[in-house]
Amino acid sequence: MAKKVQGYIEIDKERCKGCELCVVACPKDIIRMSKDVNAKGYHYAEFFNPEPCVGCADCAVVCPDGVITVYRARIEV
Amino acid sequence: MELTADKIKELVVKPENKVYTKTPLLTDKTLSYCPGCGHGVAHRILMELVEEMGLENDTIGIAPVGCSVLAYEFMNVDMQEAAHGRAPALATAIKRLWPNKFVFSYQGDGDLAAIGGNETLHTCNRGENITIIFINNGIYGMTGGQMAPTTIPGMRTSTSPYGRDVQMMGYPLKMTEIVAMLPGTYYVSRQAVYSAKHVRKAKKAIKKAIEAQLEGKGTSFVEIVSNCNSGWKMTPVKANQWLEENMLDYYHLGDIKVDGKLVKEIV
Ligand SMILES: Cc1ncc(C[n+]2csc(CCOP(=O)(O)OP(=O)(O)O)c2C)c(N)n1
Ligand code: SF4
Ligand code: SF4
Ligand code: SF4
Ligand SMILES: [Mg+2]
Repeated sequence: MAKKVQGYIEIDKERCKGCELCVVACPKDIIRMSKDVNAKGYHYAEFFNPEPCVGCADCAVVCPDGVITVYRARIEV
Repeated sequence: MELTADKIKELVVKPENKVYTKTPLLTDKTLSYCPGCGHGVAHRILMELVEEMGLENDTIGIAPVGCSVLAYEFMNVDMQEAAHGRAPALATAIKRLWPNKFVFSYQGDGDLAAIGGNETLHTCNRGENITIIFINNGIYGMTGGQMAPTTIPGMRTSTSPYGRDVQMMGYPLKMTEIVAMLPGTYYVSRQAVYSAKHVRKAKKAIKKAIEAQLEGKGTSFVEIVSNCNSGWKMTPVKANQWLEENMLDYYHLGDIKVDGKLVKEIV
């Protein structure tokens, strides 16, 4: 069994202001903007494809509103 | 084993695997800033450092007038509010009364370079042992996007609708280069927060600034070239691109003064 660094992010969608800076920052292009809006009326960021995520935290580092929490682990695949 | 999204979540989302989350030194109040505004990032890296350096009970911040007027609502440390441009004077008084506290001012370019230009120069010239965090978005964000001393040549604002004409409106003031030439400053740097790489660099610079104060070396000063999506009338993504393509030609990034010595030719 091989090991792999796997990341995962959680986006607090009600705090998201829809600025799209995380979408641009992600080197894996796995964040997009939602079709729906949150209670404030913003299209929020969606993490739509976890598998390529490396947990680099670039998305969270550029988020002005501190909306993103990042996890990273070595898992067996 | 097939890695479905649910399976990845189950394997990875555990407290021990958490590598990044909002610091508790930012309150849970929703920031009053527009979507994508660099003020939020600057607040966060500053508060992360206060937490990482164990200074949460030994920090006093000064909030300015400008969009960050409510910084005291968001930064979970002791804070004071100054009159417009007067943050360095208030920081001076607080630091002299509480020499063992880490004292910082957080100021926009209108606050620091226009109405507060005088306070800034004299505070740095006295070498007050404080840290000044200077958010330069080249505009008065809060009041509707008027031209600031820092507005770059040709840049459109509500009071320079055809672009800043330097013949009539003068040249942008490089406050950071000016204070670097004063003997009272010990560490002076210009940074930016428009990409993850730059945010991490800016955080390192602010750390050096805090360390300089803790060692009693004199004034430390970090400019952060930032965006104002609303004032510039651009989306956040476009504003950050514009910043990179236009502001940085005028405002060169990097350390200007380290350990009390100029490390860059001032142009
Ligand atoms: C004595 C005084 N003069 C003028 C104003 C109006 N005023 C409020 S904020 C501001 C400029 C803020 O610009 P800046 O410091 O660049 O902050 P930003 O909003 O861009 O972050 C001005 C002129 C004021 N509040 N008090
Ligand atoms: S942690 Fe890195 S790879 Fe994962 S979503 Fe964020 S930016 Fe993309
Ligand atoms: S950077 Fe933050 S606020 Fe902006 S879209 Fe992404 S999660 Fe939302
Ligand atoms: S007006 Fe400009 S500086 Fe003020 S919160 Fe909005 S984007 Fe930020
Ligand atoms: Mg400004």
